[in-house]
Amino acid sequence: MAVQVEVSGAAQTAAGRTVFVYEAPVRLWHWINALAISVLAVTGYLIASPLPSQPGEASDNFLMGYIRFAHFAAAYVFAIGFVARAYWALVGNHHARELFVPRLADREWWAGMRQELLWYAFIARQPRKYQGHNPLANLMMFLMVTLGSVFMIVTGFALYGEGGQAGHWANVLFTTWVLPLFGQSQDVHTWHHLGAWMMVVFVIVHVYAAIREDIMSRQTMIGAIINGERTFRS
Amino acid sequence: MSIETFYEVMRRQGISRRSFMKFCSLTAASLGLGPAFAPRIAHAMETKPRTPVIWLHGLECTCCSESFIRSAHPLAKDVVLSMLSLDYDDTLMAAAGFQAEAIIEDIKKKYKGNYILAVEGNPPLNEDGMFCIHGGRPFVEILRETAADAKAIISWGACASWGCVQAAKPNPTRATPVHKVITDKPIIKVPGCPPIAEVMTGVVTYMLTFDRIPELDRQGRPKMFYGQRIHDKCYRRPHFDGGQFVEHWDDEGARRGYCLYKMGCKGPTTYNACSTTRWNGGVSFPIQSGHGCIGCSEEGFWDKGGFYNRVTDIKAFGVESNADRLGGGVAAVAGAAVAAHAAVSALSRARSNNDKNPGGN
Repeated sequence: MAVQVEVSGAAQTAAGRTVFVYEAPVRLWHWINALAISVLAVTGYLIASPLPSQPGEASDNFLMGYIRFAHFAAAYVFAIGFVARAYWALVGNHHARELFVPRLADREWWAGMRQELLWYAFIARQPRKYQGHNPLANLMMFLMVTLGSVFMIVTGFALYGEGGQAGHWANVLFTTWVLPLFGQSQDVHTWHHLGAWMMVVFVIVHVYAAIREDIMSRQTMIGAIINGERTFRS
Repeated sequence: MSIETFYEVMRRQGISRRSFMKFCSLTAASLGLGPAFAPRIAHAMETKPRTPVIWLHGLECTCCSESFIRSAHPLAKDVVLSMLSLDYDDTLMAAAGFQAEAIIEDIKKKYKGNYILAVEGNPPLNEDGMFCIHGGRPFVEILRETAADAKAIISWGACASWGCVQAAKPNPTRATPVHKVITDKPIIKVPGCPPIAEVMTGVVTYMLTFDRIPELDRQGRPKMFYGQRIHDKCYRRPHFDGGQFVEHWDDEGARRGYCLYKMGCKGPTTYNACSTTRWNGGVSFPIQSGHGCIGCSEEGFWDKGGFYNRVTDIKAFGVESNADRLGGGVAAVAGAAVAAHAAVSALSRARSNNDKNPGGN
């Protein structure tokens, strides 16, 4: 499978052109994932720092239970979505692979990275245009979404398996080796918590960069992840 | 000297046959084995020669011994000490000086490869081990020599298992847990500060009865006592699930016995049997007494910051912070950076638009 090299000024990225980039499964995953991360971040924070104490009998209340349920349910959606997305990287178009295999050995890619950094430092006057992710975006996606998701899934299910106890699938697959790897349960909690904040930082930067590029790079970003088509403007 | 069986020792100590059988049933029950195993335990105790145990003390506070001698398991107080065949324990034995030290040599020769070495405390390795002297020599040497001919090693408590407070940063004496010094013997970790008395006697009884070490988890702890968290069996768990927490030590929630999660209880991250077997003959355990678990059986519990914080400290790079302060700080910086970048972007865009269309748009 030949990977198309996209450079600025290529015919495909000429003004007025529209290319189909994000296939339906990729777009669906993006929005489901966004929703899952939102639920996970809020419920996760409330698990570590619970809401004020509830009045009444314990048997009349199940607030922590519901919050934890929402966290675990969203976690399953997040994890299964990630696996499905990884599968789509194998069978989808070459844009679907970008998140999983950044072209780290490609000189042209690193030249593009430099250009993007200059563009974000307000030194370059014009950004290059890409059908898919620019190299900087690609690298951030790989580090924070791909590796970050793996980290959160592994540590998350290790903690989930603690409640499931010995014999639970998550306990067998994750808890048994993740806890000794990090030291103990408390350390895994702390790292999972830090990972969550990393995700929050990612979301802030991601949303900003997407809106900014949509306006300033003369190509659709937000529209592309809704209808899959990227239109280049002059 | 012919080698006595446990049963003979017990009878000699004045334990009746009936009490002996009761002990066997209760031991079977406490090991989760079911009634069919009581006769097997009885048989083993009647026929097997006693396995001698050497109990060494390194850098420690003797809280393990204090706990152990209070085992309130039926008969434990009177019997387990004899049953154990605790041939050497410098804290408990009557002998002293050269006579006492000679016992170690005796057992090493007579029971080569057949005795159990129980270690309370750990060896400090700095200055050639001079921070802990045992009979005129560094403890680490005694430990290595005694471990060489042992069948198995029991690491009593957080000291021997993980290092405990004497290994707290910066660990000036380089106190080191036993498994990092002795690497060629099976080691059973029985962590806790101290471990529960019944857990200690349970582990020893299991090893003597079945002549093998109990099933261990990946961290080397017996699964039967360290397989569940305090949280999993906590009687205050319904308050956790219901979102009912103690917010302050003197509030209504504290009086009503709500969950101590917000007060920094480490029950959800601590593997031990406290909420099941409890302490002092099943009287109570910390949470039942209104104080959160401090996680004393977990590795590094002494270096994890406050016992009263739920989200605990991260001490990397000399910065004392927790995940929320650190993460929230980074998120705030990212937010501010994004806002500043957006402002500069808007300015530079406005300027380039002006360049393109001077005097308009």
